[in-house]
Amino acid sequence: MSNHELDVRRLLCPMPVIRTQDRVKHLADGDRLDVTFTDPGALHDIPTWARINGHRIVSIAEGDEESTVVIEVGTGKASYER
Amino acid sequence: MTTKRKAVALISGGLDSMLAAKVVLDQGVHVEGLNFFTGFCVEGHTHAIRKKKGGARRNNALWVAERLGIKLHIIDVVQDYKNVVLNPSHGYGANMNPCLDCKGFMVGRAYQWMLDNEFDFIITGEVIGQRPMSQRRDTMPVIARESGAFDRLLRPLCARALHPTLPQREGWIDVAKLPSFGGRSRKPQIALAESLGFDDYAQPAGGCCFLTNSAYSSKLQDLWSARGERDYELDDIMLLKVGRHLRPRPHFKVIIGREEGENRFLRGYRHEFVSLSPTSHRGPTALVDGGASPDDMELAAQLVARYSQGRDAERVALEMTTPDGETRELHVSPIAPDDVPVEWHV
Repeated sequence: MSNHELDVRRLLCPMPVIRTQDRVKHLADGDRLDVTFTDPGALHDIPTWARINGHRIVSIAEGDEESTVVIEVGTGKASYER
Repeated sequence: MTTKRKAVALISGGLDSMLAAKVVLDQGVHVEGLNFFTGFCVEGHTHAIRKKKGGARRNNALWVAERLGIKLHIIDVVQDYKNVVLNPSHGYGANMNPCLDCKGFMVGRAYQWMLDNEFDFIITGEVIGQRPMSQRRDTMPVIARESGAFDRLLRPLCARALHPTLPQREGWIDVAKLPSFGGRSRKPQIALAESLGFDDYAQPAGGCCFLTNSAYSSKLQDLWSARGERDYELDDIMLLKVGRHLRPRPHFKVIIGREEGENRFLRGYRHEFVSLSPTSHRGPTALVDGGASPDDMELAAQLVARYSQGRDAERVALEMTTPDGETRELHVSPIAPDDVPVEWHV
């Protein structure tokens, strides 16, 4: 298990979700990914994406200008993603 | 033991695609969703840009997937989609919307995804007669053919009125259990949604793509005209969604934020454009797009002052910032409303 970071500041949804999705594809179960973003819509979208795709939200830190979501890669990946 | 069949559903976030996926899910098929990001989507971006008091900023495609309990894969197709917008083989609709080519492109990408991931067929929420260009009895076969999907493309909401597809012939889907919708009325879909327990869904029909919007299409054509070429990058088409666009001279335009969410978005482009912000009064952030002379910049500042709280003041001070961070203060008289010809509004 290892920790990773993803900076998607200035990108608007759904780009933060797409970048998160593409990065998670290359991580192992149990890895953690800190995603930093400025689009407030990502506060909803990244956790929703994580839930429906079988990942766990470890924490959400909402700030005035930028926010961070920490995802733990779950075992909910479809077989073709492994 | 029978094999559980797998379908990939195009999920826009609207009602039809949600219902199409649901009625197939209910027949025991494994369904996963695909959502394509073209750059022209109304979904997501405008919610993100514009400040809303208390309003949900959800992405409806993700929300639908969660309601259905399916996975959703969002695919960035911005670059590949350019050819659809610039060279649609079936032409445009009422505005710059290449709906038939667009649907063929998306089903084609879904077909490739289906093959890559060993799925069996594709689902869309199309309904015969619902849209004037892409959802007609005579154009639906065009989409199936040009996408390469052929009879692996199932339109569950109107399949009973179409030629049987592979999922029907193979018995993966019992067509008798599917609804039979047609025409522009939304009432049957709304009734089905209610019967399935969906009491909340995105406003249906037509509003998902900026290219169907006449004002947006005008801005896109203005962009191409001013640059002398039909091309775009993602930032170009994003900026067309934001603010007032005024073109006082052919070689430059001013993009003026309309509220705080847009101002914040425009500030993110200060390293690419000359920007203007009032300092003596509250007011919008603005970008100057094009090679503006000092006189042009004065005019741009007067326009920005016109939309600030100093609009009735004798003088308004503004900070002008160049992309490399140099700043200069300008003092201008706000332009009078009568001195802003309607033709300046793009």
